[in-house]
Amino acid sequence: MVRKPLAVLVIDENRIRASIIEAGLREAGHEQVTVVHDVTGIARRIAEIEPDVIVIDLENPNRDMLENMFQLSRVVKRPIAMFVDRSDQASIEAAVDAGVSAYVVDGLRQERVKPILDMAVSRFNAFSRMSRELEEARNELENRKVIDRAKGILMKSRGLSEDAAYTLLRKTAMNQNRKISDIAQSLVTAADLLGPGES
Amino acid sequence: MGFEHQINAGFMPLFDSAVLVTAKEMGFAAREDVDLTLNRETSWANIRDRIAIGHFDLAHMLGPMPIACNLGLSPLASDTIVPFALGLGGNCVTVSNEVWAGMATHGAQPDLDPARTGKALGGLIRERVKSGRDPLRFAVVHPHSGHNYELRYWLAACGIDPSRDIEIVIVPPPFMADALAAGRIDGYCVGEPWNSASVVAGTGHIATVKARIWRNSPEKVLGVRRAWAEKQPEALAALLRALHHAARWCQDPANRGDLAALMAQPAFLGLSPELQMPVLTGRLALGGGAELTVDDFFLPFDKAASFPWKSHALWFYTQMVRWGDIAHTLENAEIARNCYRPDLYRAALKPLGVALPGANAKVEGALTTATPVGSAGASLILGPDGFFDGGIFDPDRIDEYLATQKFAVAHA
Repeated sequence: MVRKPLAVLVIDENRIRASIIEAGLREAGHEQVTVVHDVTGIARRIAEIEPDVIVIDLENPNRDMLENMFQLSRVVKRPIAMFVDRSDQASIEAAVDAGVSAYVVDGLRQERVKPILDMAVSRFNAFSRMSRELEEARNELENRKVIDRAKGILMKSRGLSEDAAYTLLRKTAMNQNRKISDIAQSLVTAADLLGPGES
Repeated sequence: MGFEHQINAGFMPLFDSAVLVTAKEMGFAAREDVDLTLNRETSWANIRDRIAIGHFDLAHMLGPMPIACNLGLSPLASDTIVPFALGLGGNCVTVSNEVWAGMATHGAQPDLDPARTGKALGGLIRERVKSGRDPLRFAVVHPHSGHNYELRYWLAACGIDPSRDIEIVIVPPPFMADALAAGRIDGYCVGEPWNSASVVAGTGHIATVKARIWRNSPEKVLGVRRAWAEKQPEALAALLRALHHAARWCQDPANRGDLAALMAQPAFLGLSPELQMPVLTGRLALGGGAELTVDDFFLPFDKAASFPWKSHALWFYTQMVRWGDIAHTLENAEIARNCYRPDLYRAALKPLGVALPGANAKVEGALTTATPVGSAGASLILGPDGFFDGGIFDPDRIDEYLATQKFAVAHA
């Protein structure tokens, strides 16, 4: 039996995350995928696209506006209800934990829609993990820069070798039970305060 | 550490989350042995969803929202009760400079008088119809909100059919001023400071205020998942006592500076303390240099502002019926009545020996002067609480009230 392909609308202000979800949907064989970043004029877009499923991130403050629009059937022609119904508490929690929500055309069979939401949930989670790792890598880079500056200050002001400067920073951090990057930051800040030329 | 009660609460970054925020930040919750965790949210839909799946036990909510949930009007809603109100008043209706100029040619003056400004708006709308222009578009924050119902009440009482003569759309509060400036909407009804924001930017005029449309009228409430409340009655009672002390603190003029500074923090509103002052003092800049002080503009505590009146729940219900959200039946009216829980409020506050209203419902709009009421020998002042059109809502006569409602939408 050939079924009409589902039209999916992804509303996400985060362009990178939206494209990750779009790619996932296309890989899963969904060809009618539309991505919208800005909700200005969304009513007209929805009327044009006539989506069967709408995926939206929970951080989007326009959810209240969208839900109201879905309830006014004359705008979207067909009433749209929230997909995640009570019968599937685990899916609801997984979706909210991941930060995503979905709406589907009333009457659409749950088994046709569930894979879409599951995919969105896993892609949202993957995106969060990726952002976290990127943030950690960025912090790591910042820390290394500040430690390098601190070493430079110690080498210049106390005539230490690079190794000795690092050892001193590490020893101080251990003695004070603080991170080596915190000690380095304090030293850099102090040097900046003490005047130009010191750092 | 080691509090007896742990409570997870959601709130929207709006000024009337102040009582909840203060309960945590000024230590009132801790004094009642409650470890209160506040979670800032971005939409009312998120608050509803997180209450439903148990992330939050309770939350800052729009007054009609728990009623809509219990009536099955929202997706994914859970049974929600209201044992405490988070304040009275606080909203304004703001219009674009162009609309204000048009209203002025029809007699509007910067006096916030709902009858005069409403009549002027009606004149402008009829003039626009004659010249074939699009209907004006007004925004509110949510369909099931005090904003939506007071805007519609005001318009209807001034001869404007809010379902036909204008268009009403939903816009999140922080986007209202921008949408007005960009011409996407012509006016809006929202809480402060989002009205003053347009006045300060020079892009809007405050036409009237909630406190003048219906003085001492309900706004935000504490919505609690019923299943949690039944499992944790002591935790809830302890929190209600903390909220009572917090509300009193918020009302005290001596604390205005501290409260403005607290709410200005990035974790709450993230706006300058100066922008919080109009809601605290009631002194509003209306646009074009006009200023006015509004009595009872926003009340977090006075006039029994925390009491969850059943008559407030029922008034919201009558407006849901009026505008076609729900059919009027005895069962539906009962669901609305049972949503607000003054019994839980009384039980929690009784040990404090504070003044409590003698009844659970009152005839709304009947008090023309400030009137002392209350039990336990303590003093409590209610009113004046009039609707600007002289309307009276008797919660025992819902059918009669519905019959008098102008422009009511017939429910299919």
